[in-house]
Amino acid sequence: MDQSNREKTNVRRRKSFLTKRLDRFFLELYHIYAFVSRFFREVFFPPYEWREIIKQCYEVGVKSLPLISITAFIIGIVFTNQSRPSLAEFGATSWLPALISVAIVRAMGPLVTAIIASGKIGSSIGAELGSMRVTEQIDAMEVSATNPYKFLVVSRVLATTLMIPALTMYTTLVALLGGYLNVHQNELTTLITFFTQVFDAITFLDIIASTVKSVLFGFTIGMVGCYKGYHSSKGTEGVGKAANSSVVTAMFLIFIEELLIMQVINAIRIM
Amino acid sequence: MKKPNSKIDYTQKVISIKGLTKAFDDFEVLKGVDLDLFRGENLVVLGRSGTGKSVLIKIISGLLRPDKGMVNVLGQEVAHLTPKQLDALRLKIGFSFQNSALYDSMTVKENLEFPLIRHAKEMTARDRDRIIDIVLEAVGLGQTINQMPSELSGGQRKRIGIARTLILKPEIMLYDEPTAGLDPITSQDINQLINEVQRRFNTSSIIITHDLTCAKAVGDRVVMLLDGQFQRQGTFEEVFATDDERVKAFYNYNFTE
Repeated sequence: MDQSNREKTNVRRRKSFLTKRLDRFFLELYHIYAFVSRFFREVFFPPYEWREIIKQCYEVGVKSLPLISITAFIIGIVFTNQSRPSLAEFGATSWLPALISVAIVRAMGPLVTAIIASGKIGSSIGAELGSMRVTEQIDAMEVSATNPYKFLVVSRVLATTLMIPALTMYTTLVALLGGYLNVHQNELTTLITFFTQVFDAITFLDIIASTVKSVLFGFTIGMVGCYKGYHSSKGTEGVGKAANSSVVTAMFLIFIEELLIMQVINAIRIM
Repeated sequence: MKKPNSKIDYTQKVISIKGLTKAFDDFEVLKGVDLDLFRGENLVVLGRSGTGKSVLIKIISGLLRPDKGMVNVLGQEVAHLTPKQLDALRLKIGFSFQNSALYDSMTVKENLEFPLIRHAKEMTARDRDRIIDIVLEAVGLGQTINQMPSELSGGQRKRIGIARTLILKPEIMLYDEPTAGLDPITSQDINQLINEVQRRFNTSSIIITHDLTCAKAVGDRVVMLLDGQFQRQGTFEEVFATDDERVKAFYNYNFTE
């Protein structure tokens, strides 16, 4: 009798645990939906926080340049170097500029920029907003009748959405230059020949797809960082978690988006 | 330190709270609280940590929503206001946070300018500078104008936090633990500043604290929050003239530890 009662209690507990988990999951989904849709409600209507937007564009764009430059340049060199032996087997090293061009413009440029940005910018947004939440700075804004969402979230998401595409173009260019350096050293190809082959290999659709992807990646990085920071739980541990989970979630979403967009672009290409 | 006489208008309630209830999950923090704040009055809310003192002022300022009850501020029912109306009401309320909540990425001047730029758009930069000088002088920290919050001491941060709330000339001031984490001398300075703000800016204030020295120095009236309800109220002496063990323990702890 006792055992049957205990079993019933355990079943009830498990059900209650599951219900609570499900409740929390759906509540979280609703919060994400509300947070993202609020951005579109607020972004088009005044007041506009121009000063903060420009400041954030500087933080996201200009301050990321050194890291992006070094990474992109090295990736260009390494990718070219690693691709050469495979092409050399078929005596097709002259195809290297075309190969580099397709790989970098279509996939690596946007993806590498987004990964670097989610590590550098996403974590910094998550930590900054998380710390502002914990130290009641967001509450202070709210009680002084200032819209903290507009000041903090809209400005940061706009900055990442505008600057990540610009950084992607820059990354692509620097990576191609890295590739050129390697090709020039080994095959003595001139700069003009290299870039003629690069542009011959890509289409307008590739550039559009790359831009659309980077806009979406920028939006994702900004939004995830802001959401995690804005809803950070109390305490310094919460700030760390917000920063960490901003990076992990943004990267996960970026790869999913890359996969989906690639399918769409391939479908368009076949049509 | 005895509190100087205040000009209180007992015919005019600036805040009126009836049957306020608030719970977090299954824990009921406030259980049907009633409270009135009169114009020009400094009201101290005493209580142990975690008894819902800060929750009370967060409900008054609209940061939290009550589960039940009525919270009327300057004639307006807070829970029924539209976001725009709530913002208009918040301009009349100054909220001084426990940890000052100064914006870390801005200088003292930018912190003070922040509400002015958004809510006094017609004001010229020169007028803004003049007002900033006035409030900084009122809190005695004119020399810190270009410093970052991280360069200030705890007491200075509190003062700048108070200056930021004063800049829009609020009618009501809400102080959340104004002397928490400060040494006795700095606490005394903050107590004097709270009285000075009441006299000079003609504000009505609610001061949340568990510091009895602060309560005695700034309170025209003191209420004690115990088990989610106001158990005692009156002058400082009246509140502690009781045989209630919980109140006596609170008094003894504050003055013997």
